[in-house]
Amino acid sequence: MREKEQTYFQIIFTGFSSLFEGLGLTFKHLRQATQKRSPIGVENKEYFQQDTGIVTTEYPYEAIPVPDNGRYRLNNEIDDCIVCDLCAKICPVNCIDIVPIKSPEEIGKTSDGTTKRIYAATFDIDMAKCCYCGLCTTVCPTECLTMTKTFDFSEYDVRNMNYHFTDLNPEQAQERKLIYEEFDKEKQRLKTEAANKKVEENKISDSSLVENVVVKKPAFKPVMKTPPKTEEKKEELNNPSESTEDKKELPKAKPVFKPIIKPTPKKDDQD
Amino acid sequence: MLAFLIILPLILTYAVFILWAERKVAAFVQDRMGPMEVGYYGLGQSFADLFKLLQKEDIVPINADRKLFKMAPIVIFTAIFAGFATLPISTDIIGSKLNIGVFYILTIISLDVVGLIMAGWGSGSKYPLFGALRAVAQIVSYEIPLTMSVLCVVMICQSMDLQQIGLQQGIWINDQVGFFTEKNYLFGIKSLGIDVTEVGGFLTWNVFRSPVLFFAFVIFFISSLAEANRAPFDIPEAESELVSGFHTEYSGFRFAILFLGEYAMMLLLCFLASILFLGSWNTPFPNMGIIKLSDWTSGAPGTILGNVWGFFWLFLKALVLIFLQILARWTYPRLRVDQLMYLCWKVLIPISIVLIFACAVWRLWMI
Repeated sequence: MREKEQTYFQIIFTGFSSLFEGLGLTFKHLRQATQKRSPIGVENKEYFQQDTGIVTTEYPYEAIPVPDNGRYRLNNEIDDCIVCDLCAKICPVNCIDIVPIKSPEEIGKTSDGTTKRIYAATFDIDMAKCCYCGLCTTVCPTECLTMTKTFDFSEYDVRNMNYHFTDLNPEQAQERKLIYEEFDKEKQRLKTEAANKKVEENKISDSSLVENVVVKKPAFKPVMKTPPKTEEKKEELNNPSESTEDKKELPKAKPVFKPIIKPTPKKDDQD
Repeated sequence: MLAFLIILPLILTYAVFILWAERKVAAFVQDRMGPMEVGYYGLGQSFADLFKLLQKEDIVPINADRKLFKMAPIVIFTAIFAGFATLPISTDIIGSKLNIGVFYILTIISLDVVGLIMAGWGSGSKYPLFGALRAVAQIVSYEIPLTMSVLCVVMICQSMDLQQIGLQQGIWINDQVGFFTEKNYLFGIKSLGIDVTEVGGFLTWNVFRSPVLFFAFVIFFISSLAEANRAPFDIPEAESELVSGFHTEYSGFRFAILFLGEYAMMLLLCFLASILFLGSWNTPFPNMGIIKLSDWTSGAPGTILGNVWGFFWLFLKALVLIFLQILARWTYPRLRVDQLMYLCWKVLIPISIVLIFACAVWRLWMI
């Protein structure tokens, strides 16, 4: 709304003057287009102070620096990793997949002096699933799992978002696995041998312990036997009045319901 | 023939670079960078766009009037390109040295409107039709102040020959047979007694030779914006409401031709403005005593040097005007239809009528 009704010539005059004002403004911006600020991070106080010049950041060629505590792509320094599995346990989205292989002897030491005893046959982090909470990095005891400043890692295939950090190839992993199995068998053998030795020693000293050892072996079997027992119990529950003769016939009829009905008149007769 | 061989490549190269320049100016005004990827500083962007357009499928809508639809770009471009025929591009190079050159240009440009209607109607779709109707209403309206402002120049110069009009606005005024006694005075006022015939430069341009023509130039510039459908008079092809108006349905090469026609129209009108008002191919530098800037920066008509300087100055002036048009596009908002008509019928036309009268008086009493 105009404050005062303008005359014809006033309209033309204000029109022209405002046109030139506008042209001056755009021309000012045009001249300032030679200025350009190099990208600065958001923590910089001047970040919001830009009044003149081009504001574009030509992204692939230049980028605004990311803050030091930024949470972006995960990286695992596998040489420092003791494969403790803590990161995989704490991950809220289960994006870390670890398959450990124990080693018979100490593999080496991490850079902070922790002893490594486990190989990682698989150490996969699926960044497509990752929610960037950073919990895994906080629980990591050797600080080998960190969040890097890489934020631009999009892929055409989502499967490429799964990062493999293991330093073993499948053959090596298989080899290590066999070595450990061998070692484990050897250990078991030594254990049993030791146990046998003990037994022999004990035989001489105490005969009652020998019985105990013998008794322990069949201890597993009763578990196998239990299911038939329960069946019998059920039958007993169904037909509490049945005699031992009927029991022999019954197993045939059990799967179906009808056979249960048939014997009932028999029962009556018998009763 | 020479003019044709110069003008056609000139228009093509100009269109390619002005597209780039327009995007760059737009970007800079808006504190952006503009195209930066294709070639150095994005210079190849227009070529990339052009090749993209040429590869595109030539689509004719099913509801379109095929004949009109296909003919329209040809009519539009031909009409505009024909306008270049009587346009001097340097002291001697001119397509056709008609003694009614101004008249010819104004009439042949009007054919453009026919092409616009063909395109808008032939597309068989609502936006092009709206766009075409608006374009025609606008162009027909603005042709009046445009023609009247040109008429002012014609009255002052007493000639419709564009080459003749150019010749009068510089130090070579007496270079042609029949003009031995012609003299230019400062601001065209004889009684001041300051003879600037030998000084030349911008002092002998039409806008200075007869200050009335300065206002005519402003009117010409405003109406030429409307004629070329440039912002702020771009309601016929308002991208935001009409999806670029009459060329909505065009694709591929036809679209490229329409676009080329549009930019050629800009160039034509800017050439015409510099010829009529800004001293044609004459240098802007005056002779000052022993520093003969005007002589140094121009050559006599008929010589190679004169032609080179002539082309250089004329093209430069046209480019400055085009730059102004581009800057105006990225500065001003689009006018409403009522504002558009108000400006034309209630402001420009009355003023141009007054100017014609003033020019007549000026011619009679001052020069």
